[in-house]
Amino acid sequence: MLGFESRVATRFLREGRMQTVLIIVGVAAGVAVVAYISALITGLQANTIQKTLGAQAHLTISPLDDAVLAARAPASAGMSELVQTQPRAQRPRSVANWQTLVPLLEAMPEVAAVSPMVAGAGLALRGEATKSIALVGVDLDRYDRIVGLRAKVVAGVARLGPGDGIIGRELADDLGVRVGDRVGISTGGVNDSLRVTALVDLGVREFNRRTVIVPLRTAQSLVGLPGGATSLDLTLVDIWSARALADDLAARWPYKAESWQQANAQLVSALNAQSVSTGLIRAVVLVVVVLGIASVLVVSVVQKQREIGILRAMGATQGQVLRIFLLQGAIVGALGSALGVLLAVLLIWAFTHFVRGADGLPLFKIVLAPMLALRVAAIATVCGVLAAVAPARRAARLDPAQAIRM
Amino acid sequence: MSTNASPPAPLIALDGIRKTYNAGLPNEAEVLHGVSFDIAHGEFVALIGPSGSGKSTLLNIVGLLEPASAGSYRVEGAEMAGLGDAALTLRRRASLGFVFQFHHLLPAFSALENVTLPALMREGRVTPAALARARAVLAAVGLAQAMDKRPGELSGGMQQRVAIARALVLEPPLVLADEPTGNLDTAASDEVFALMRRMHAELGTSFLVVTHDPRLAARCDRVLELVDGRLVRDESTSVSAVATKPE
Repeated sequence: MLGFESRVATRFLREGRMQTVLIIVGVAAGVAVVAYISALITGLQANTIQKTLGAQAHLTISPLDDAVLAARAPASAGMSELVQTQPRAQRPRSVANWQTLVPLLEAMPEVAAVSPMVAGAGLALRGEATKSIALVGVDLDRYDRIVGLRAKVVAGVARLGPGDGIIGRELADDLGVRVGDRVGISTGGVNDSLRVTALVDLGVREFNRRTVIVPLRTAQSLVGLPGGATSLDLTLVDIWSARALADDLAARWPYKAESWQQANAQLVSALNAQSVSTGLIRAVVLVVVVLGIASVLVVSVVQKQREIGILRAMGATQGQVLRIFLLQGAIVGALGSALGVLLAVLLIWAFTHFVRGADGLPLFKIVLAPMLALRVAAIATVCGVLAAVAPARRAARLDPAQAIRM
Repeated sequence: MSTNASPPAPLIALDGIRKTYNAGLPNEAEVLHGVSFDIAHGEFVALIGPSGSGKSTLLNIVGLLEPASAGSYRVEGAEMAGLGDAALTLRRRASLGFVFQFHHLLPAFSALENVTLPALMREGRVTPAALARARAVLAAVGLAQAMDKRPGELSGGMQQRVAIARALVLEPPLVLADEPTGNLDTAASDEVFALMRRMHAELGTSFLVVTHDPRLAARCDRVLELVDGRLVRDESTSVSAVATKPE
């Protein structure tokens, strides 16, 4: 099938060797840029999201905010009133019936893990040093499934028995404590002391400087919420389902449900902007590739007019001539794609090996996923064929008598 | 009631062929004014005439490369007027072979590949039989040792012999040759012309040869002369009696 067309197409390409090599290199450069940028941005975004969500839940359920209701009779018909009330200070409150809610949430297919949490503010005291802290009371095993806490331990062993605590690395430096030392905790009227069992690096310096993780019961006592939980942290199977699930839960139950996207709105906007920019760059590069292939094939049609005329005189149909040039576009696109993917792999290797952070480690992991490589290569090949359409039609429509006289 | 066997249809029959360029425009020009002639199977015909007489246009019409503006053109009894490009292309492929003045071989293909192109075009592949046939025809035109050479590596006479082999490989009933020796020196011209006569004799293929060279025209069976778009002469030559013998 297409034996004649493929033979002539490959010979035409081989005949114009320099032209062919140049356009294949051009396509390869375009494909490499598209594949490399796609892999880079995918890696960068995955890394950013991973770092952001490394110390955060995908979705958090908390009580609705306290609101002040004006104690007035409703306005009569036809009148509208603008009532101004002083917003109420939010006090720590428990998620109502959280013990019942946890198994319901865990039964949902979208939910991978649920962890109750008691969060509050306080002070950490050690000798003369006093540091304000974010107190986090959790069940260690459950919390580990939310943020992978055990993997973030940099000293000691993560353990949360009664009187134990895990603190951020920078906070330990600020207080001058090591694993095994005791630290005083004060939350208004309640004071306690805990023994540091582990230091953790949560990936964000500010978190490391403020976080103190204690058993759930200890936190309930310190914050003054016996048996309560200020929030439920959820890890989801698909992080991108967080927003929809949050809306669903908020509509279904009288709780506040906040997705990680809502909690990090600026980050999500930045990621979206980045994705749009990347898409534009890819589109422009592909347009350049298409124009490059098309221009070379247009020149080729002009150069090969006589040969086309001879082939037509010998009995080549318009369809055969059309397919000769479409095949040339496909061949150039496919070869350029293959070379471009190799080039992208090389660029990614160079990035991973030569671009390093201050700690000497690669900035983040970039991988050219086989599906991405295949998709880019397929798109470039299709672009090659599309680029060849106009020159091929022109070649097919050449008047053979006129072409032979050229 | 008597039954009379009708005479065999001529290979090609032109009747009142006219060709007008730029019809309806101020620069409208009619270059063929009602040309009529037939060519029978196995004839070797020369078409002569001064430059601008319409020879190339007539050859293009006979070769189905451009349509006539008026008149009837039949190939093996079938009317060509009004046929679309696809039908004309298939008819060209089946019935006609071309030899051009400037050889017009495909430079990227070897001599053998050039000769196998018609079969490749028709079948989508070169069958062993087609390859053997191409080798045989190339050997017959004296190029057994040059089959793998590219056109650029061959002399003008050799290139024209490859072109003749390509035109004949599928054994079309009619070969159209447009100044086949016009680009060759006298010795090479004689050699190529002799080859065409030999192939004509061996295969029985009809030839319509456009030439400026009265010496070569005189060696054809029949001469058609075109002047200012009109056929002014159509006569058999003295060599027609011996022309079918191999040279």
